[in-house]
Amino acid sequence: MKSILKPLLMVAAMAAGISSVTTLPAQATLELNVNKGNVEPMPIAIPDFQGGLGPQISEIVTADLKRSGLFAPIDKAAFVEKITNPDAAPRYEDWKVINAQALVTGSVSKEADGRIRAQYRLWDIFGNQQLAGEQFFANDANQRRVAHIIADAIYEKITGEKGYFDTRVVFVDESGAKNARKKRLAIMDQDGANVRYLSDGRAIVLTPRFSPNRQEITYMSYESGQPKVYLLQIETGQRELVGNFPGMTFAPRFSPDGQKVIMSLLRDDGNSNIFAMDLRSRSTTRLTDSTAIDTSPSYSPDGSQVVFTSDRGGGSGRSQIYVMGADGSNPHRISFGDGVYSTPVWSPRGDLIAFTKQSGGEFQIGVMKTDGSGERILSSGFQQEGPTWAPNGRVLMFFRDSGGGPKLVSVDLTGRNEQPIPTANYASDPAWSPLLE
Amino acid sequence: MGRIAALTRNPAMIALVAALAITGCASKKTPNSAADLGLNGAGAATPGSAQDFTVNIGDRIFFDTDSSSIRADAQTTLARQAQWLNQYRQYAIVIEGHADERGTREYNLALGARRAAATRDFLVSKGVSASRLKTISYGKERPVAVCDDISCWSQNRRAVTTLSGAGS
Repeated sequence: MKSILKPLLMVAAMAAGISSVTTLPAQATLELNVNKGNVEPMPIAIPDFQGGLGPQISEIVTADLKRSGLFAPIDKAAFVEKITNPDAAPRYEDWKVINAQALVTGSVSKEADGRIRAQYRLWDIFGNQQLAGEQFFANDANQRRVAHIIADAIYEKITGEKGYFDTRVVFVDESGAKNARKKRLAIMDQDGANVRYLSDGRAIVLTPRFSPNRQEITYMSYESGQPKVYLLQIETGQRELVGNFPGMTFAPRFSPDGQKVIMSLLRDDGNSNIFAMDLRSRSTTRLTDSTAIDTSPSYSPDGSQVVFTSDRGGGSGRSQIYVMGADGSNPHRISFGDGVYSTPVWSPRGDLIAFTKQSGGEFQIGVMKTDGSGERILSSGFQQEGPTWAPNGRVLMFFRDSGGGPKLVSVDLTGRNEQPIPTANYASDPAWSPLLE
Repeated sequence: MGRIAALTRNPAMIALVAALAITGCASKKTPNSAADLGLNGAGAATPGSAQDFTVNIGDRIFFDTDSSSIRADAQTTLARQAQWLNQYRQYAIVIEGHADERGTREYNLALGARRAAATRDFLVSKGVSASRLKTISYGKERPVAVCDDISCWSQNRRAVTTLSGAGS
């Protein structure tokens, strides 16, 4: 990604002609505390950006903010003032009467060299002031990215937290009958746009996950006959087997520094243990050695611990969630609720672990603290699994099969804002990228 | 006649056929599907052929939920498989382990692998050479029955003994 996007997308904050970014924390009335239990979405007005491409860009910004559940974009039909100069202060009173707390104005134009220039300003209506203004240059192919970057900037200015709109999702595109499903690796923007296929569907592919550098994924494929973990360079398509193990390897994830892949390796006795492989030295480290199923490992963001699924406890609880040191030390169970737990994934903020829980004939997506306390179920359904975190740790994406086939769904940490992710076909195994750069 | 014999000798297959009749589940249209072959009456198989194995011996066993224990009915089937495999030694064997959809993807890959290994170990205990046996797990990726109820799930929790490398 870097190779293509870096040269094309230049972010030039505060270029000549645009007033400087001013956050004015002391005076700003415009803020949204996303740590409160029940966040009321902030009414925001986003008139069409000026210029030929303007409305397209502002539509994407509007859609991003709306889907976050933290913003309530106001119907354009209600607007009193018609914005003709996006660089001039608005008539604040005209926006107060429709209860807009924030206003975003902007324009998009073509440069002589063919690039597009997009600029926006964020106005605090009840504070009678501009909160931010930036401009961005981008290649035509990155139009949508410019919009996502603007949406991220607005999200961050108002919530104080990083956004997650300029991100992508790698997933498995599914088509065909359920007993002969064709599965293809695919990548798309987080809102479902710009889908690209990364495999041809001849072999079953499962569980793709992003490298922290966003340029590689690790996944499992049946292409050699025996299911194995692979690496794939997204841009070049170059593939590589991870390790040279005799049995099945599966459930891979990168370490936070991108230097290791942690995964399960099938033992000859039919049980599965967890190994980490250093991608440079190719040396492998065994982290578990149990006559149990140990799988779905996921590192803590500081790389010091690993959360995983195991049925080592036996009994009716079957698979549960355990945490151990990154060297395999001190494995201890953290899930004690009523049900079967699996697919633990450590939040990028480090504070929570997302999981799939089977209880009472349902599949639930939930989160717990890293010591297992404070379990909260965010979503329930017949068949749903496999949460992945947005890079800001505020939103989860997972897949749900309500009959027919799986589709992608996102839910925020309140559990109140669930959104379908549009895909052309059935889709499963989503994995969210870090923020692009 | 062969079909009737197969059905009477294979209670699991009777249960399978009954479940199909009741629920109307679609089943996989491949030659290694015992249900299809049984229903289609393709029982007049040459002794020692792959079809003979699938239809007259029974190529698959079923498991309880989240279990890889070889049930009593499955032990009967596997003992019959072992006897046949020991008689027809030209075949290499791949045991496919499968899980139903009520488990997460990675856990079910591990569970399918455990079922395949348990099946392999049972066949070895009955004298089949370990060097002829390979295993592969499909987790929940290749259900044979695709409706969402108990009868389908029970058909999907299976280990299938597949033959390869045959001269015939």
